[in-house]
Amino acid sequence: MSSAWHAADVAAVHEETATARTIRLRMAAPVRFLPGQHLDIRLTAPDGYQAVRSYSVAAAAAPDTLDITVEELPGGEVSPYLVRKLSVGDQLEVRGPVGGWFVWRPEDSSPVQLIAGGSGVVPLMAMVRAHAALRHPAPFRLLYSVRDPESVYYRQDLAALAAPGTLEITYVYTRRAPEGRPVGRLDARSLEASVLGRETDPAIYICGATGFVEAVSGWLVDAGYAPDRIRTERYGGMGGTA
Amino acid sequence: MGIISSGFHGRRTRDDSGLPPGQHRTADFPVLSAGPTPKIARQDWEFRIVTETGATHRWDWEGFLGLPQEDVRADIHCVTSWSKLGTSWRGVALDTLFDQVGTTAGFTLAHSYGGYSTNVPLADLLGGKAWIVHQYNGEDLRPEHGGPARLLVPHLYFWKSAKWVRGLELTRHDVPGFWESNGYHMYGDPWREERYG
Repeated sequence: MSSAWHAADVAAVHEETATARTIRLRMAAPVRFLPGQHLDIRLTAPDGYQAVRSYSVAAAAAPDTLDITVEELPGGEVSPYLVRKLSVGDQLEVRGPVGGWFVWRPEDSSPVQLIAGGSGVVPLMAMVRAHAALRHPAPFRLLYSVRDPESVYYRQDLAALAAPGTLEITYVYTRRAPEGRPVGRLDARSLEASVLGRETDPAIYICGATGFVEAVSGWLVDAGYAPDRIRTERYGGMGGTA
Repeated sequence: MGIISSGFHGRRTRDDSGLPPGQHRTADFPVLSAGPTPKIARQDWEFRIVTETGATHRWDWEGFLGLPQEDVRADIHCVTSWSKLGTSWRGVALDTLFDQVGTTAGFTLAHSYGGYSTNVPLADLLGGKAWIVHQYNGEDLRPEHGGPARLLVPHLYFWKSAKWVRGLELTRHDVPGFWESNGYHMYGDPWREERYG
């Protein structure tokens, strides 16, 4: 695993929503990437002060290009800089890609259920894109809980990739929905109605804020899904044990 | 390497002095887990130490609470780069649990309810360096933070402090646990920044 810091060039930026931005990084050397992995980013201020944060990779293009999507956290230390100030042509120090657990491996033929809360969709999008790029036969389903339509990341890409039996997408709008769509939070019943059935023994990936991940994974276990088929990640990279 | 981000200034009010390299302070207590939080009833809880010869020492919840309890104040350092200073815990020192255990093994593999595991050299668990804790800030340890009880090894990255711990297996060789098999460092000293293997 690459534990050293390397320079990466900011090749492009794309405003994903009013508060989130996708940053395309061109790495110094070819990278080996598994969908679900994250990058560590290190910023150095002019006086030498440094800060490190982890961001999930949203897309990869061989041999050396990785996209991260960063949500601006109000009052955050690093994300406002990345979302508002960083420009094409700048350089960043990066370490990774990192992570060997919250990843989708194409050699796994299981159906896959992805469950995202807000910006937790980022590592799941890398899985969706890899699945599509490989024309992988496993059925994928994405359940995406989001505040309102304007907060949806990758809307056009998701719409383009959705196809019955290949990638099915369910949006849950918690604050405001498009016309004709309900507003509401997931609960145990609506969750069970939206995800791949137990009988298909899906590999399940859940990413979002702690409360969301705790609730969703708990409901799935209560509904009879095997805990060892459920992989979780909270904001912030490694699904460690803190 | 010397890449300066001229528009980046960081949060100047914050004091990260005295932290291991690459860490920043947090006032929150972030939760990170690889899977669902296991539900463990205290009456079903058991902690065991199994030596390299197979000798097994067991404690149930009452027996565990009946052991001498220690209050621990410690700084904790998560590999995802946050550190939390001056955290308060209560539990039983591993020294106490190992009082009756005869072993010449050099390593341990901690096992948790839910299947998690992590390896720690035995010397890093003894000598007042590690505890099995069941309270945080004076209250029962919440399930998402590892309750009923977790390992606390504050001088190593916090993934070594296995949540929902149910036992220690003594091993003659250093056997990688869960994260150690998934790209993370075998030892995990935050002061030497041993994040990745």
